[in-house]
Amino acid sequence: MTYDYLARRLGMFVAVIFVATSLNFFLPRFTGQDPIATRLELLAAEGISTRQEDYQFLVETYNAKFGLDQPIIVQYFAYLSQIARFDLGHSITLYPSRVSELIRGAMPWSIGLLLTSTLMAFAIGTLGGALLAAQYGPRAAFEIIFPPFFLMAAVPYYLLGLLLIFFFAFELKWLPLQGGFGSTTLPDWADFGFWLEVIRHSLLPGLSIVLASVGFWALGMRSMMITMQGEDYMLQAEAKGLRKVRIFFRYAVRNAVLPQTTALALTLPHVVSGAILVERIFAYPGVGLVLYDAISGFDYFVIQGIVFIIVVSIAVAMLVIDLIYPLLDRRISYNPA
Amino acid sequence: MTTANPTIVASPDTGIVVRLRSFGRYTKRNPSIIGGIILLLIIVAFWLFGTLVTDPKDAKDLAFAPPNNKPSFENPHPCYNSDNPRTLCFSYDGEQRQHLLGTDRLGKDILASFSEGIPQTLLIGLIAGSIGTITGTLLAFIAGYYGGVIDALIRFIVDTLQTIPGILILIIIAIAWRDAGGGEMSFVQLALIIAMLSWLGPTRVIRSQVLVLKQRSYVEMARLSGMSGPEVIIRELIPNLMPFIVANFVLAVSSAILASVGLEVLGLGDFSSNTLGMMIYHNIWYASLINGWWWWWVPPIVVIVILFVGLFLMSRGMDEWANPRLRRRV
Repeated sequence: MTYDYLARRLGMFVAVIFVATSLNFFLPRFTGQDPIATRLELLAAEGISTRQEDYQFLVETYNAKFGLDQPIIVQYFAYLSQIARFDLGHSITLYPSRVSELIRGAMPWSIGLLLTSTLMAFAIGTLGGALLAAQYGPRAAFEIIFPPFFLMAAVPYYLLGLLLIFFFAFELKWLPLQGGFGSTTLPDWADFGFWLEVIRHSLLPGLSIVLASVGFWALGMRSMMITMQGEDYMLQAEAKGLRKVRIFFRYAVRNAVLPQTTALALTLPHVVSGAILVERIFAYPGVGLVLYDAISGFDYFVIQGIVFIIVVSIAVAMLVIDLIYPLLDRRISYNPA
Repeated sequence: MTTANPTIVASPDTGIVVRLRSFGRYTKRNPSIIGGIILLLIIVAFWLFGTLVTDPKDAKDLAFAPPNNKPSFENPHPCYNSDNPRTLCFSYDGEQRQHLLGTDRLGKDILASFSEGIPQTLLIGLIAGSIGTITGTLLAFIAGYYGGVIDALIRFIVDTLQTIPGILILIIIAIAWRDAGGGEMSFVQLALIIAMLSWLGPTRVIRSQVLVLKQRSYVEMARLSGMSGPEVIIRELIPNLMPFIVANFVLAVSSAILASVGLEVLGLGDFSSNTLGMMIYHNIWYASLINGWWWWWVPPIVVIVILFVGLFLMSRGMDEWANPRLRRRV
């Protein structure tokens, strides 16, 4: 890996986070007024008696930290230095809790759900797409199975989620309607039964993500495989009389899978945004649901904190995927020739 | 460049009628486009039918008694009974009215809501999609044709912004805009918010096509014969990339509608409108799934699915049409 490439890639990484942070700061203020300050002052003025001191305190902290009488550029640097220390402030609606605590509580749920369902969709779709393009095997069967997935790929995740809730949770009552675990159970990760319950609760949200994205991966893989078919090395492999299975996996699939991995990195942001609404539909206790509650409650600090954390996570994931390319494909080498 | 000479009618540069006819012939080989157009026409027909048989006033809140206004065990929904799907319901001025699709929890006639909401949703897509495609095309030509520092800058901005999930940026803009406007936001404002990001995709894709086309000999020829940059772009590049730009427009419209429905479901939409996303939002808010009000939640889902599948088929078909190298592989 050349230092030059690494430097450029890391530069991009820092830029993404810097841009996201700046947007976070400037966008709410582009209307000319500071909606956060307005909101806080409003709450402090009309706050329900018992919470009034809380809001008063929030306004004071906010003013002390960012100094609303300061020029905006000074406020901006104050904000940057705060973010750099991962200090995301307090939640407005759930006052004494810190934004970072809320996110830390919700993050494992989201990551667990997203990672599992995305990798599953990626594996099923990639394999399916490869088989669709293969010249032998039960191709006809795949041609019947896959078209519905292509159409489902055009439908937003959460609509599929609604249909799944209706059929499997409401009509058939096989699976729970919503939540990350039963409403009466206390989370106890040492208990095996609790794990089973969590898995049961995440089946439907996971399924809606898998169903809606398998078609996308299959389409991409199929067109890559078709491009491979005319290549010289494929002809040569056939001429050598290699077994078809070997040609399929070692020659076609291996080469077609790299663009798929690139697509995995590129679509990560889309997966995350779709999942926000899936979590809302299923009341799944992940980051998306916290974000939804924050939007309904005008909880700016939580919204900004979540945006920041999601962007950092995606940037890290994309960086990792970019750096492991050479392991997948020897044609891509970061070593100078 | 139109000539009256009938012998060269087959050349691609002759008149809009011939072009349309050859496009029509081509669609026979490309069922995706036809399928997409048919699905979109179904939506338009549904909307036209709705406007013919309903009164726009019926799409307002509390035009009729909501389903559980006077709930009873036998008839949990006074406006709906299973013996007679063409439901009867009283409006608040006492008039007895029939509802083809029933009424919802907000007291609106569902069919009337559709005839108001479908054009609103499509308009959001068209506004954001047009702004995005035009801005994106412009930036793509500047970046791709002139290259250099401008290209590097545009590419850097696009790459960076595409790493951030668009909906997060849109959420921040929408919530700030909503609060600045006193909690109200029209659906046109929503479209403008979405347009702020809808130029990213077109810029990226069209720029790469400009780079390819720039190397062609006829562009070189035009440049050598003394055409200026803008002239080359307008007379040589844009006409040749037109199919590609149109295909991108369909994609931009589709993703703009997707984004708008997403924001609306999150509660960042226009509460005075009846857009498809707002219908889904109200359905979730009033838990119509669990309450068994299927006549309320099934229609918007069906319409949204038809709309997205139609746009998807159309943009896939268009892609094939715009990119002849894909055609052979169908």
